[in-house]
Amino acid sequence: MIRDVFEIQYPGPMTTIQDMGRFGFRKYGIPVSGALDRFSSSVANRLVGNPMHAPLLETTFLGPRMLALSDCVISLTGASVNLKINQREKPLWSTLKVRAGDVVSVGPAKSGVRSYLAIGGGVWSPTVMGSSSTLVAAGLGGFQGRNLQEGDRIQAGFQEEVPPMLALDDKFIPCFDHQVILRSVQGPQADYFDEGLQTFVSSVYVTTPGADRMGVRLHGPPMEFRSQSKRTIVSEPSLPGCVQAPPDGQPIILLVEQTIGGYAKIATVISADLDLVAQLRPGDQVNFVIVSLAQARTARMDSELGRQSIKFHVS
Amino acid sequence: MGLLIRVGDSIDRETNSCVRRLVRRLESAPRPGLIEVIPAYNTVLINFDPLRSPMDSWIEFVESLDYRNPTEKIEYDIGRIVEIPVLYGGEFGQDIEFVAKINNVSVHDVIRIHSSEEYFVYMLGFTPGFAYLGGLSPKIHAPRLDSPREVVPAGSIGIANDQTGIYPISSAGGWRLIGRTPLKLFRPQDKSPFVYEAGDSIRFRSISPEEYESLTEFHD
Repeated sequence: MIRDVFEIQYPGPMTTIQDMGRFGFRKYGIPVSGALDRFSSSVANRLVGNPMHAPLLETTFLGPRMLALSDCVISLTGASVNLKINQREKPLWSTLKVRAGDVVSVGPAKSGVRSYLAIGGGVWSPTVMGSSSTLVAAGLGGFQGRNLQEGDRIQAGFQEEVPPMLALDDKFIPCFDHQVILRSVQGPQADYFDEGLQTFVSSVYVTTPGADRMGVRLHGPPMEFRSQSKRTIVSEPSLPGCVQAPPDGQPIILLVEQTIGGYAKIATVISADLDLVAQLRPGDQVNFVIVSLAQARTARMDSELGRQSIKFHVS
Repeated sequence: MGLLIRVGDSIDRETNSCVRRLVRRLESAPRPGLIEVIPAYNTVLINFDPLRSPMDSWIEFVESLDYRNPTEKIEYDIGRIVEIPVLYGGEFGQDIEFVAKINNVSVHDVIRIHSSEEYFVYMLGFTPGFAYLGGLSPKIHAPRLDSPREVVPAGSIGIANDQTGIYPISSAGGWRLIGRTPLKLFRPQDKSPFVYEAGDSIRFRSISPEEYESLTEFHD
């Protein structure tokens, strides 16, 4: 059973429906898409009693403001924002009750970029190629393949029981600093760089406004290519986290909307640190460090274990 | 986590057949932890869950596969031949006169040459279903636009230097447009969303405006 739960009064600059991604079609040029900050999105779903992979709303910098059309439970996680229900301030990282007629509004992000709004029963959206994730560039998935607009009606699945009212323990709430260290392994074309690799790990790179779900452009000391290296490569597949070096030597960290590319890749940010990339704001500073594959795997294991051991209290 | 395997350095059929053989091996008997295999011109990316099978085991596994043996033919080596009907020139192929002019041939020649070759699908990417095709005749090469168009309509057929390609969905693009197909090349709701895949070959067939119309109706 599906019901209308919210009407969008103000969508924010880019609010889309996402789940854990669309797998199995990258060989056809369909990128994975999906929620960028996996920790925040999975906690949002857990707080409202949904499976971790249930579709939810991903916001960018600001919004949305929505009118509730039925009673439901929601949660908001991710970037640090002011959340209000009927002008009354509400906590993030908590299960919240909403009544029909309430107005839910999400203010501008103070740190981080993306917030995740989960609704009990799961945001409903038709599954396209195995996923509800929106890929705006192809008009695929989510709400008619696009960003939410004023007047859109968000639907959710029916929830038989109201889930327990929980809040994530404070010590597990991530804080998104304006300076982050990103652990990376050497990339497929690390040998195209000589001093460039040294520049890459010893410099501070600043996040530019050129950031979307495809990738985050950084600015800093250019990573010099070896004089005899080519500046571009025969196009090859890439993964989220790949750090591309275009001929100008300014790094681009790829996210979830690209499958292949023709730029050299100096490094790959490890999957355990990708949530941090998702929350980088223009002006935020990035330092890269190189770790081994074994360290990357251990970090991944730690982050999975960390995810499993998070604790909630009754709110 | 990902393992990128480079089977050769250049863009050629022999290298690419190694790519396809490797993809076939990996997909036909998926190992635990395999998420997805993504082939390109001369590379294969294996995306896997390192907590189920670590990197070392993947490297060892790939080394145990004999995908480099060029004498071995597999079914997948042959690929299908997919025919794409195209209405060349006019408003749908607004750069065809430019392509003719810089190659010192007639528009008719461009159509004849373009529709007489068989093009090999090396890989798909850039946008859903965008095919990187090999085999364009040097008689009709043409440079990209200096500045890309903001909107290239779905179904457009273009030329960029020694490549020809099809835009399955509307997107920005800098290729010289010579025609358009009425076929819907990306059908996300279908069981098979794409009409071709890497390893297939494409033939273009020149059609009349009337046939374009009838095929458009048929597919809508």
